[in-house]
This record gives sequence, C-alpha cells and structure tokens, in this order.
Amino acid sequence: MKYVQGKYIITEKKAIAREIYSFVIACPEVAEIAQPGQFVHIRANGFTLRRPISICGIDKAKGTLRIVFEIRGEGTSEIAKLNEGDLIDMLAPLGHGFTVRKNFKKVVLIGGGIGTPPMLPLAGHYGEKAVAISGFRNASAVILQDDFKKTGAEVILCTDDGSMGIHGFVTQPLKDLAEKGGIDAVYACGPMPMLKNIAAICKENGIYCEISLEERMACGIGACLGCACRTVRNDEEYFAHVCKDGPVFKAEEVLF
Amino acid sequence: MADMSVKVCGVDFKNPIIPASGVFGYGREYEELFPLDKLGGIATKGTTLHLRTGNFAPRIAETPAGMLNSVGLQNPGIDHFIETELPYLLTKDLVVLANIAGSTPEECAQVAEKLEATDVHMIELNISCPNVKQGGAAFGTSCEMAAEVTRQVRKVTTKPLVVKLSPNVTSIADIAKSVEAAGADAVSLINTLLGMRIDINTGRPILRNNVGGMSGPAVFPIAVRMVWQVASAVKIPVIGMGGVSSGRDAIELMMAGASAVQVGAAIFTDPYAPVRIVEEMNEFLDSKGITSVRDIIGTVKPW
Repeated sequence: MKYVQGKYIITEKKAIAREIYSFVIACPEVAEIAQPGQFVHIRANGFTLRRPISICGIDKAKGTLRIVFEIRGEGTSEIAKLNEGDLIDMLAPLGHGFTVRKNFKKVVLIGGGIGTPPMLPLAGHYGEKAVAISGFRNASAVILQDDFKKTGAEVILCTDDGSMGIHGFVTQPLKDLAEKGGIDAVYACGPMPMLKNIAAICKENGIYCEISLEERMACGIGACLGCACRTVRNDEEYFAHVCKDGPVFKAEEVLF
Repeated sequence: MADMSVKVCGVDFKNPIIPASGVFGYGREYEELFPLDKLGGIATKGTTLHLRTGNFAPRIAETPAGMLNSVGLQNPGIDHFIETELPYLLTKDLVVLANIAGSTPEECAQVAEKLEATDVHMIELNISCPNVKQGGAAFGTSCEMAAEVTRQVRKVTTKPLVVKLSPNVTSIADIAKSVEAAGADAVSLINTLLGMRIDINTGRPILRNNVGGMSGPAVFPIAVRMVWQVASAVKIPVIGMGGVSSGRDAIELMMAGASAVQVGAAIFTDPYAPVRIVEEMNEFLDSKGITSVRDIIGTVKPW
C-alpha cells in the first residue's frame, strides 16, 4: 500500500498565525506509512481540484498526521472552515519525500514562510544534529518555532523586516554555516527565488541539497502529468512531476 | 442488479464506464486504489509517434465547477506504450482504448499502424486536443480535415476506430457525419472546451500556455446537448463524456444517446468516481426496475 483515500477525523484545529491553520488528523493507516517531505491531497467541498498540503507532523504511535496550511484562495479557505470532529477527505500519503540518513552528523533545514511546516518532521528525525532556519515576512507570520525547539534542533529565525529574529533572508545564516563547514545536507522548502539561492550556495560549497517544490496539481499521483517541473537527470532535460517524482528533488536536478 | 454490459462496435464492455484519456495515465497509479477490472474500459493517455515533453507549467487551473488543463500531450511515445504499458493493461479484464494523436494525418496513421499488430481492443483517434500548436484541435475543427485524418487512419487499421471530437466547433453534428463517412466506427465526445483564466494580481494568464481545455461539472450540459445532436445525426455509436461526476449524470448522457460514458475531471475530485458511478447507475436502474443499462441508450423523448 503506497497511498489511500478516505475521510478522517480532525482531532485538533488551531489558528497559529493570521490565516494559517494547524490540523491534527487521526489517520493511522496514513501515519503508518508517511515519510517526511510527503504531502496529503485534500478535497475542498465544492471544488473540482484537491489541494496539496505538506505533512508537518507524523506520529506513528498515536496514528496521527499534522498539517499546517495557509489560506491562499477559495479552496484552502474552504478547507479552513473544517472544525475539530469534522471529517477531512484525504488522498495520502503522496509523493517522494526527503532522504533521511543516519550517518549525517549535521544538517540544515530551511523553511521560507509556509514552506516551513515540512521541515518539522526532519527536525524530529535529526534532533540536535539539525539547525532549523526559518524565514518569514514579519513577526506576525512566524510559526512553529517552539515546535522546532522541542526537537532539540538549533533554531535560527529571520524576518524580512527585522521585526523578530535576524533582520534579513535565510540565506545569510546558511552562508555562515556553509563557510564553517561540516554540513552533510541542506533541506529546504519555500519560494522559488529562495530555493534557487540556497541551491547555488550549496553547489558552491559542495553540500548535498534537497528542495521541496510546489506546483498547481490535479491528480496528485502521477497520472495526469499536470504538475510539471523542469529537471535534468543524466544530462537530459525533462519534465518531471511534482506529485510523483517530487515534491522533493535533488537541488542539482531542478532547472530554476 | 441490472445488467450493466454494453457493446460498442462489437466490443463487449462489462459496464459502460471508462476513465477518459489524460486523467488516468495508463492505469497504474489508480490501481493502487482499486482493481482496474471494476472498469468497463480505459482510454489511455494520448500517445504520439515520438516522445513529447508537453507544455511548461502551470498546466492546471481551477475554474467554477471545473478546471483547465494544458498538459500538451506529454507522453513517452507509441513504442514505449506498446512495449511497456499495453501488455500490462491487456492482462486486465477491461477494454483498452488506445488514444492516439499526431501533428499530421500521416503521423496519426503511423501510430495506428504500429497498433495494428497488437491486441489493443480499440483505437480512439484524438482530433481535438486544444493544447498542441500543430494538429490536435486543427483537425477537429474542419469537416475536411477531420475526414482526411480519419480516412488516413482507417486505411491502416482494422481495429474499431473511435474518433474523439472537439466541442470547439460551430456544428459538431457536421464533423461527426464527416468522420462517419470517412470510415469511423464510433465517435467520442466531448473533448475539452477552450478556456482561459487570468491572475488579476499579475495580469498573467494562470496557464503558461495562456489557454487550455476546460472540463468538469460545468461543461456537463454542453456534453448532453452535443451527444444528443450527434447521436441524432449519425448511425455509428457515440461514447459520451464531459463533466460526468455521478451515476445520474452517466444515465442522462446515455439517455441523450451515448452507448458508453467516459469520466474525466471527476476522478481528480474523487479517485473512486468511476467505480462509484457504476454502483450509482446500478442503483438507479434497480429503483426504476430497468433490467439492462442498454435499455436507456437514446431513450430521451425530446419535446
């Protein structure tokens, strides 16, 4: 079993920032097989297309998943209307997640804005071996920092306007860490310009880097070929698909 | 339990429901959710002579009660289909409609020729893809071109030939009559309607291809109308599609004249839609005491 579709109970709903919601969903069969970096495809009542949302927490013991998502439009707005006790229709877990290696001694996790949630399961895996850098527009958009601290990861917070944490982009602390050396891998999710810069820094410093992408998506399982992403593999350019080949790609394979 | 079987061009379908080309790939991804033998058939992803990389993203946009796509016929080419995908599908208990496309009538014929030596059950010739610059929709919008491409493919194949029609025309019944005269064994309709969305914050079309094919529940009444018009105009069977998302929709399209029904965008909303639709059709027929789904084909009583 790679993925299933079903209706699952929302056991906890929290608004954690302006227009950003956290759901905990009881779905033991999904939690059992979910990996960091995978996503769930959620049906929004009254809409044709499901909405892909990254997985922010996997609790195999409790049989729950956590998702954190931002209201981006009408579809996510509809999903945000669901409450504790309601059923949420998910096709999950989907996609190719992050590569997690026991022998990595130091990793850097970078989340930009609503790209931060998929970094949390990685922090859970790596604990003190991880440095979690998060970047947000301003203090009111900051999410999940306490969750990252609980994993034992070193936490670095940046805001574009300096209203909380370091004033500036996530790339500066990454550069500092890269220069010090000893980083086995960088994992990142966020806006494309951020990912492009991170990929460049990693390439310069010879650091292995995986990035999680998003694209407008239909089926979510690799059948419809809607969510194309330009990549290079074995020197050949081709359209990979974010839902099946990704959402996580090796940074070196992605054509920005 | 009503008899759900239908026959189209002499080919037996255990039920009339077929996932439409493009939404279902070659079936493998959905087989993770349900056995393919629950389906009457499968219309495989549109396949061309050579590999096609497709259009730049975004290729997908939501619309009121529907969606747009501009995938641009990304596919691995007919040789890959014949070597890898078709043998696998032929091990399943369902009818395989190989959907084929090309930039020229000659290319379409070459693809069909390669299928002639295989055990594929039917060919669905796509003369109506709105997302490729050459060929595709261009064939489907003129009676002469539609007839020409049908003739060329007819010459090289003995397989039942289904021609898939574009709704982006003034008279779809005229196109249907042209392809019937040119040797089509059946027609399927409707392909997607050309549409467009613009992101008003950026002024950019949402689709990188600017325009794309619209499908989903919003197009259903158009599909009903066109299936009815075409079924009234030709003697060959009609396979209906366009916005079908429930058993009642499928029944309605069959009443309009469809001998079988393809399901597309509904699968994105509910991946089990084709299976659910068969069950819902059966429940409806039972509730009306109708013993065979064949008994409803073309039974609309127009005013």
